[in-house]
Amino acid sequence: MVDKVKTLEDLRKLREEALEKRRVKTASGQVQIVVGMGTVGIAAGARETLKAILEYIEKENLSGIIVRQTGNIGLDSFEPVVQVIFDENNKVTYGKVTPDAARRIMKEHVQGGQPVKEYLIEG
Amino acid sequence: MRELALHLLDIAENSVAAEAGTVWITVEEDHAADRLRITVEDNGRGMDAEMVARVTDPFVTSRTTRKVGLGIPLLKAAAEACNGFLTLTSTPGKGTQVVVEFQHSHIDRMPLGNLAATILTLVVGSPQVHWVFRYRVDGQEYEFDDAPVKAALGDVPLSEPAVLGYLRDALESGIAEARAAAQAANARQAAAR
Repeated sequence: MVDKVKTLEDLRKLREEALEKRRVKTASGQVQIVVGMGTVGIAAGARETLKAILEYIEKENLSGIIVRQTGNIGLDSFEPVVQVIFDENNKVTYGKVTPDAARRIMKEHVQGGQPVKEYLIEG
Repeated sequence: MRELALHLLDIAENSVAAEAGTVWITVEEDHAADRLRITVEDNGRGMDAEMVARVTDPFVTSRTTRKVGLGIPLLKAAAEACNGFLTLTSTPGKGTQVVVEFQHSHIDRMPLGNLAATILTLVVGSPQVHWVFRYRVDGQEYEFDDAPVKAALGDVPLSEPAVLGYLRDALESGIAEARAAAQAANARQAAAR
């Protein structure tokens, strides 16, 4: 394992290691996390929410999570809005996701598999 | 929004929505000229003149079929309140350029805020876009172009923990080093006077 990635060369090594791992383990269990980053979302703190998610991934060393941003999701009064997508049939939307709420969702839902009920807005 | 970096994120999101292939972001601080300028340029689908008018002044034009946000008008008002301006030029099929400028020392000017967090959000959150970020302060420049990083990574996602650490470190130290170099150069100049 590359200790700390500091250069482009380290990134290339990281890629080789990732390819090696993929040969052993299939690509199943990939989670997608989508954060609404429209004007209202940003004003409500969506950047800090996304930052908390990225920091959690880094701190816990979680591989195989895709984090994306999207424009306005259309749930203005619930911003910041975060969707956690395991697959088409397992998709939930959370509202009013503060950085603290985001860390709970990462721990309890993304890692633990249990949705965090108090922030659910649908699904 | 209480920091310019959040407004920058908001403007750049418009470029993502316009399906830009590349977005060039430049943040420029010039203490001698007392100006702070942010430029966001993209090669997205662009807008016609009527749309440009609506986006910058949503309450002036009459057409109401397309919804526009308040991000740009609010930033424009903030810049104008600080001896600055906001211009938006766009060509359909070619792209859009937003330039916003403030008097650097103006008492009402919002702080620049967390630039590294904004750029990291854009690069990781919209990896389909090629991001070029330049930060210039009093002649010192830091440039971050995500193309070499993506080429080195291949199909390894940017949200892998080690990659996130690399990106965060690169952006934070790049910005801090440009700032420190500018401060040192300014101090040398002041001492020589």
